[in-house]
Amino acid sequence: MREKILNVIEKNSRIDIKELAVILGYSEIDVANELKAMEEEGIICGYHTLIDWDKTSIEKVSALIEVKVTPQRGQGFDNIAERIYKYPEVNAVYLISGGFDLLVSLEGKTLKEVSLFVSDKLSTLETVISTSTHFVLKKYKDHGTIIGAQKVDEREKITL
Amino acid sequence: MRIPLSEEVVKLKPSGIRKFFDIVHEMKDAISLGVGEPDFDTPWHIRDEGIYSLEKGKTIYTSNSGLIQLRQEISKYLERKYNVSYDPNTEMLITVGGSEGIDVGLRAMLNPGDEVLIPQPSYVSYEPCTVIAGGKPVIIELKAENEFRLTEQELRDAITDKTRVLILPFPNNPTGAIMEESDLVAIAKVCVEKDIFVMSDEIYAELTYKGKHVSIASLPGMKERTILINGFSKAYAMTGWRLGYACGPKEVISQMTKVHQFCIMCAPTTSQYAAIEAIKNGDDDIAKMRDAYDQRRRFLLDAFKKMGLECFEPYGAFYVFPCVKEFGMTSDEFATRFLEEEKVAAVPGTAFGDCGEGFLRISYAYSLDHLKIAMERLARFVEKLRKEQGR
Repeated sequence: MREKILNVIEKNSRIDIKELAVILGYSEIDVANELKAMEEEGIICGYHTLIDWDKTSIEKVSALIEVKVTPQRGQGFDNIAERIYKYPEVNAVYLISGGFDLLVSLEGKTLKEVSLFVSDKLSTLETVISTSTHFVLKKYKDHGTIIGAQKVDEREKITL
Repeated sequence: MRIPLSEEVVKLKPSGIRKFFDIVHEMKDAISLGVGEPDFDTPWHIRDEGIYSLEKGKTIYTSNSGLIQLRQEISKYLERKYNVSYDPNTEMLITVGGSEGIDVGLRAMLNPGDEVLIPQPSYVSYEPCTVIAGGKPVIIELKAENEFRLTEQELRDAITDKTRVLILPFPNNPTGAIMEESDLVAIAKVCVEKDIFVMSDEIYAELTYKGKHVSIASLPGMKERTILINGFSKAYAMTGWRLGYACGPKEVISQMTKVHQFCIMCAPTTSQYAAIEAIKNGDDDIAKMRDAYDQRRRFLLDAFKKMGLECFEPYGAFYVFPCVKEFGMTSDEFATRFLEEEKVAAVPGTAFGDCGEGFLRISYAYSLDHLKIAMERLARFVEKLRKEQGR
């Protein structure tokens, strides 16, 4: 039941409980309880909106930053990750395998703002060895959704 | 000038489905509930294999029967899913969609005057294909009170000493009806007793919402008297690839292969390579699409319930078949007014046989958002009709 609910709301968090119950074939009460439980357990962490900011007049710059750090004894990467994710301009922080350690996704108003964040805040952290900043030029697909794509029904007349 | 025309072909009625589509395409802001093909794109990994085969220059004919790798994979799949095993070398033919299998199968089996039992409402091509093959269609009218399943008695009543083949179109287009194992056992018993062959069109086999589909070929004594028709269109959203297959006793398959090799040569090569990927690694895709269809099916049934529209719960394909008899008009009148006044196209049940009178086929191969708009309009229309009738 949880998997079915999550699969639907991952794509459409605005669906109301009544409709969710109808399409999944559960009772409304069961669905409501399950949603509440998953919120409390932290399985559902938030309900977000996927926005194509490029279509608005609001300027946004986003960047992906590869960060190499020195892990700390007894703490591993958790401490440094926490230091980084506490900044509100940081969208996401992942510990990853490969040539560097942390991948930081960042959003700022201007190129300068992002650059300053990297040079003043990120690089100056003690355990940070190096950073490499990649500015996002265009988003093609985000959270499984192709940005700007509108599906047109092209199915033609046919006898079946 | 004399234009040569076959009287038999000229006499064939054109399909009743197209009429509505013609109007929809002209009418601005009209929406459709009429399309009988998935609204999903073919999963990318399957398309990718098709593309890859082209890159490698796999642009030649395959053998008449189809790629042996594909036939082997289909054989494994049928064993795994439906517990029926076919020899990929002698008991299988890759066809241009399930529809070619129906045509070629009937042509391979029928002699002039042979009777073919066709339960209706059903897909529009069984009757004309029977006629073109020289057979005589005998219609079995399925009933709403049986949830449009074929019953043993209905079958017995239709059998004569000329009956050769029974078409078994389940899961059913247009009703969404399925035949469960117990239903099939009863049918199989009659077929064995009366020595009748079955052409089981299982193109919607992957799309059932109540237990797993059972193939009549898996029942005792039936594999040797069944031509199983299936394909990739509905399960994998591969309609445009035109690929299906027919399985059955080698005596029939070899004759079918003969007809196929003379008029088709072989099924499209690119599609066959893509289909190998589909059948090997497509289970998850099917599950995802099936879940989506099931959600829409529940949504529609709930919407009908709210507007007080009678509809049995269908467990297969992607169609619902609500009853509109309460409004005292024919399916055609209802569908025409619905289209004119609310700009929604649904296919009248009569497009699938006379006994579809009083019903409407609504496809749920559409997004939930699309269906929501359509159901708002249907509810409004139904209210309006009831008011007109002073109810």
